[in-house]
Amino acid sequence: MTVIVAGKKKEYEEGLTVKQLIEKENVENPLYVTVTLNDEFVQSANLETTVLKDGDEVEFLYFMGGGR
Amino acid sequence: MITLKKEDLEKIIAHAEKQFPEEACGLIAGVADGENKEVKKVYLLTNIDRSREHFSLDPKEQLQAIKDMRANGLLPLGNWHSHPESPSRPSDEDKRLAYDSSASYMILSLMDRGNPVINSFHIEKNISSREELVII
Repeated sequence: MTVIVAGKKKEYEEGLTVKQLIEKENVENPLYVTVTLNDEFVQSANLETTVLKDGDEVEFLYFMGGGR
Repeated sequence: MITLKKEDLEKIIAHAEKQFPEEACGLIAGVADGENKEVKKVYLLTNIDRSREHFSLDPKEQLQAIKDMRANGLLPLGNWHSHPESPSRPSDEDKRLAYDSSASYMILSLMDRGNPVINSFHIEKNISSREELVII
């Protein structure tokens, strides 16, 4: 199946979960990454159970913050 | 080296002044050639912490900004935030929460309200180094 990751088409096997995609994409510091699937935010608790489908669009957003 | 247009700096200052005394924040995007970066667009985002001591970018706005960058052929170059009451240098928390060593982290100080100061930094493994910032 084709999954669009950060705007790029990637080929992955059927049944891939979001958590597995994070691992395959070698996302650094995954604890600080928010994932969107077709513009919807995926809750951390659902990363392991959310299965990707052909044509899904995924974005990895790094937490950006700080303080004085 | 990173270049920033004067008009974009003015947008950042105006947004930070508007949010004062809370911290203001946003993203910078542009083009890169090796270590030389040129900011082509600045994004003024919401600080969801609504704090004078902390900031977190609104993830929904961050997503829209990333899509806008892509649509315009721009690279995400880093972020900016204001220090309403402290100098233009990364705080311990800024360093701890900087996850991208290739990013430029711009910090605007409004400590001297009549003389805003902006600097750009790289942060890697909790160590910051100043990046040459040229206003054009």
